[in-house]
Amino acid sequence: MDASVTLKKLTEKFPDAIVGTHNYRGDDTAIVKKEKIRDICLFLRDDPDLLYNFMMDLTVVDYLGRDPRFEVVYHLYSLPHNRRVRIKALVPESDLTIDSVVSVWVAADWFEREAYDMYGVVFAGHPNLRRILLYEGFEGHPLRKDYPLKKRQPLIGPVN
Amino acid sequence: MSEISKDLHTEHMVINMGPSHPVTHGTVKFLATLDGETIVDLDVEIGYLHRGFEKMCENSTWQQVIPYTDRLNYVSPLINNTGYALAVEKLLGIDVPERCKYLRVIACELSRLSDHLTNVAAAGLELGAFTAFLYFVEARELVWDLIESLCGARVTVNYVRIGGLKNDLPERFEEKVRHVFKEVRRLWVDVDKLLTKNRIFIDRVRGVGAISAEEAIAYGFTGPCLRACGVPYDVRKAQPYLVYDRMDFEVPIGETGDNYDKYLVRMEEIQQSMRIVEQALAQMPDGPINVRLPQVRMEPKEKIYSRIDSLIYHFKTVVEGIKPPPGEVYLAVEGGNGELGFYLVSDGSGKPYKCRVRPPCFALTAAMPRLVKGRLLADIVPTFDMINMIGGECDR
Amino acid sequence: MLADVIESLAKIVFIFTVNVGVFAPILGWVERKQSAVMQDRIGANRADILGFTAIGLFHSLADALKLLTKEDFVPANANKFFHTLAPFIALVPAIAAFAIIPFGGRYELFGREINLVIADLDVGILYVFALAGLATYGTVLAGWSSRSNWSLLGGLRASAQMLSYEVAMGLSIIGVIIVYGSLRLTDIGAIQEDFFRWGIFLQPVGFIIYMTCAIAENKRIPFDIPEAESELVAGYFTEYSGMKFVMFWMAEFLEMVTISAIVTTLFFGAWHIPFVTDAMLLSWFQGAGPNGAAALAMLVNIVVFFAKVSFFIWLQMTIRWTLPRFRYDQVMRMCWKMLLPLSLINLSITGLVVLLL
Repeated sequence: MDASVTLKKLTEKFPDAIVGTHNYRGDDTAIVKKEKIRDICLFLRDDPDLLYNFMMDLTVVDYLGRDPRFEVVYHLYSLPHNRRVRIKALVPESDLTIDSVVSVWVAADWFEREAYDMYGVVFAGHPNLRRILLYEGFEGHPLRKDYPLKKRQPLIGPVN
Repeated sequence: MSEISKDLHTEHMVINMGPSHPVTHGTVKFLATLDGETIVDLDVEIGYLHRGFEKMCENSTWQQVIPYTDRLNYVSPLINNTGYALAVEKLLGIDVPERCKYLRVIACELSRLSDHLTNVAAAGLELGAFTAFLYFVEARELVWDLIESLCGARVTVNYVRIGGLKNDLPERFEEKVRHVFKEVRRLWVDVDKLLTKNRIFIDRVRGVGAISAEEAIAYGFTGPCLRACGVPYDVRKAQPYLVYDRMDFEVPIGETGDNYDKYLVRMEEIQQSMRIVEQALAQMPDGPINVRLPQVRMEPKEKIYSRIDSLIYHFKTVVEGIKPPPGEVYLAVEGGNGELGFYLVSDGSGKPYKCRVRPPCFALTAAMPRLVKGRLLADIVPTFDMINMIGGECDR
Repeated sequence: MLADVIESLAKIVFIFTVNVGVFAPILGWVERKQSAVMQDRIGANRADILGFTAIGLFHSLADALKLLTKEDFVPANANKFFHTLAPFIALVPAIAAFAIIPFGGRYELFGREINLVIADLDVGILYVFALAGLATYGTVLAGWSSRSNWSLLGGLRASAQMLSYEVAMGLSIIGVIIVYGSLRLTDIGAIQEDFFRWGIFLQPVGFIIYMTCAIAENKRIPFDIPEAESELVAGYFTEYSGMKFVMFWMAEFLEMVTISAIVTTLFFGAWHIPFVTDAMLLSWFQGAGPNGAAALAMLVNIVVFFAKVSFFIWLQMTIRWTLPRFRYDQVMRMCWKMLLPLSLINLSITGLVVLLL
């Protein structure tokens, strides 16, 4: 597998934290352990050869039945080098917390809130971790694979 | 004076703007804490248009997702269609014919045109310039007529297919484009005269909502809002998809990132989009518009009715859906508001395992408090306009 | 005595009909149609009686019917008394202000001297300002009594704006008063029989300041911040509906007429045609006998006057449909930092020139 600059540097810098790397259809991907995610992100942002200054997207994928069940997926873009990378942090169901990267990219604020809203992954150190798209009082996290498609939630609002 | 003001009991006023308020087109709620008319704090609440896009996608086949993408950014649906189709094609590892690429470029740019026209028009309307609004809405109407003649619908277009397109160009399309662009350019000049050098308009937008390039990048700004800060990032230039690398167009950038620059960038992009469409029409080769892979793109009806293999493929793709190999891709296109990314995960079945959209205006809307804090209540109006939050895309 | 009463009543009925019965509904129509013309649209044309649409004129009728039959809604916890009072306070001054505006000259008809003005007051223009000041209460009360944040903000903005602009407006008019040496509008009108003594030539700066302030006073775009619909929903009349809402709306239109009438009277020769004096008019119509000539001359005066008024109404509408709106602080800055000093300078220069001549 031809490892790109990003993946090579990342593996050199954090040999313990990288679980694996691959390049599928030209997308550089690194699978990492969740403990080091903040350091990895800081490194990706600040290293002069990488400079991933954009956090384009943050989402979670639920691999129900697999352990670790969740993957927090970061899509980063480096404007100076015109490069993209995908970082996937493994989050097991038993410990649904991962460090927040809001201090690295402000953009992560709402994306992490959405991930929390939809999957229930808790971002430790997030300044304001509330539901964002759904309302307070919504039960469960709808994008999890075990959330029933047609589940009804109680209607909220003033009751006459 | 200070003695007196010490005794005065004043408190901040909390005011609810929205979810149904004239400025919050797209249903969003601002919880503004005001000191007089100065915004002390602003909380943005979104989610009023949340329809569970991802959950729906996970429960429909790959092709069935396309109509849903129309409803993301309903002002530029063709770009959403194209972005999704390109992402699935990347997942499948297939390439579409040349003519299809040109047609998609034309479709995307027409959509961008209508997006920017709507945005600038709405900005004028909300600042009280009703006439400028109607001029651009008229222009958009003409562009929508073009889109209608192209794909039979004006808003919910559902035009792009995985591995191809719904149909080829209608007859005399080029002629229509020439006519429409002439009109759009005339109206553009009118609006330019009404707004660009209008002292009142400039006073309202210049210096308001300004943000530095570094900060904009940190907030994840993309599209016209980022370019207004002076960062020439455009997916069409940075990582060209389709045939954008063969098109000759400029990426306008601003300096200060304030609302005036955002407005100017959009105005210029309207011109550039028209240039691209004209070039694409001139360069477009003849040929097929669909890939010849019956397991991906359905064959014509006549074949399905007359040939057994075509019928089997048709049955399989309709009932089970097309089946990309397991894997994941992220593909970004330049949407009306910025980078529109699709992150798709396939588990090898006929339905997406995960279909994530990176909505450009999500990151932009998140920066609203930063843009208006400490300014006047009235500054929410142009700032929010220029962010161009589209509820369907932001809330999904 | 009886004749005086009849004469006054006739004039009041005339002006009232022209204003409330003709200008208010027609202006609604004109505003719709003019904006439509400016914006490449067709404009209102759907209301019809037996298939006859009268190019959309029936819309005013339909509006009136609709608004009269609408529910009169008062929000919970609003102060009902003031909530009801506010639209009246807004509308009455707008109608009453027209009382002192001369719409024609002074003629002898059937042995009576007819002066084409309802009340020829000595204080003249001051009366208009007094009433305009009163109108502020309408908006402030409306904003305050509705018990809505939007209304309150609108009311506050309105009061600040109207009070500020009254200052600059008053100062801009003083220049005119100095030039003509009279507060009485009939005198000012009579002096302008001489084309070269029209206010626009003597007080061009005063005209611009007055026009700007007057539009601001009337809270129309670009000065419509008290009712800026994209910020404050509808500002001080957010919580009004039906007839009360329409009273604010009518007040706005009637003020527009009043402003145009004052501009015409002070700056554009009142009821005079350039280079034509009232005496000339009388001599032209000699063939109709002395009474007939006076009546015809009056008619010409009135037509000329209202033609000019219509022009300025048109001008205000064009401005309204062309410009975007200011921001609150910009409006105030413009008043106190630009218009007020400008009107003071204008005033002192006028004073000096008049003194030296």
